[in-house]
Amino acid sequence: MRRLKVMIVCGFGVGSSVALRFTLDAVLKEEKIDVETFCSDSFVGPGEDYDIVFVSKELEYLFVKNRQPRVVIRNFISKDEVREKGIEPIRKLIEERK
Amino acid sequence: MLKDYITPDLIALQIQVADWRQAVRAGGELLVKAGICEVRYVDAMVKAVEEMGPYMVLAPGLALAHARPEDGVKKIGMSIITLSTPVEFGSESNDPVKLVISFGGVDNKSHIGMLQELAMFLIEPANQLLLEKANSIEEVMSAFEKS
Repeated sequence: MRRLKVMIVCGFGVGSSVALRFTLDAVLKEEKIDVETFCSDSFVGPGEDYDIVFVSKELEYLFVKNRQPRVVIRNFISKDEVREKGIEPIRKLIEERK
Repeated sequence: MLKDYITPDLIALQIQVADWRQAVRAGGELLVKAGICEVRYVDAMVKAVEEMGPYMVLAPGLALAHARPEDGVKKIGMSIITLSTPVEFGSESNDPVKLVISFGGVDNKSHIGMLQELAMFLIEPANQLLLEKANSIEEVMSAFEKS
């Protein structure tokens, strides 16, 4: 089975999203969840092949037309916030694929 | 380790600025002085916030300023400034900003390690507080050495 593709988006895909990916990877490791995480930017991101997107409030509007779920994160370096908002939807998607 | 990427000349603490533009320029100026980027890169960082909104304020009180490698980066590096009076970037959730980290990368990959080191340091809430409150560069450098 293909691993779940979790996309993390920021303006250029090389700054803020890298920090958020680091935080998310740390939480996923603690929760023992195996998925693929990758960063993208505000131009390419909306058209990428992904299953769920992590994004800031400011850039959320880019994804409102997409069918995939969104997780809006306020503090990109908070493991608590990423865990609270992000883990349940990821687990749900994994469950749905079984 | 973070100290591999930051030297004391790339840190300025408790500086006074009037608005977010001045804050980004102050961080960029350190990069220019250290030969990390050209002056036009600093303009590009300001433009990036203007055009794409304040999403660069990635955590409460913390902005990560940067532009694209082709905007005039000469070598990979980052600077850290703290503000004596926090300024508004226009971020709904994370204003006001006290800590501005500016960086430049020469491509889309080579700086990832540097940002990961930074994230690993800042993921500990006590470390962000330490940076925000620090009054001496030695204090900051010694925290980096311990990280």
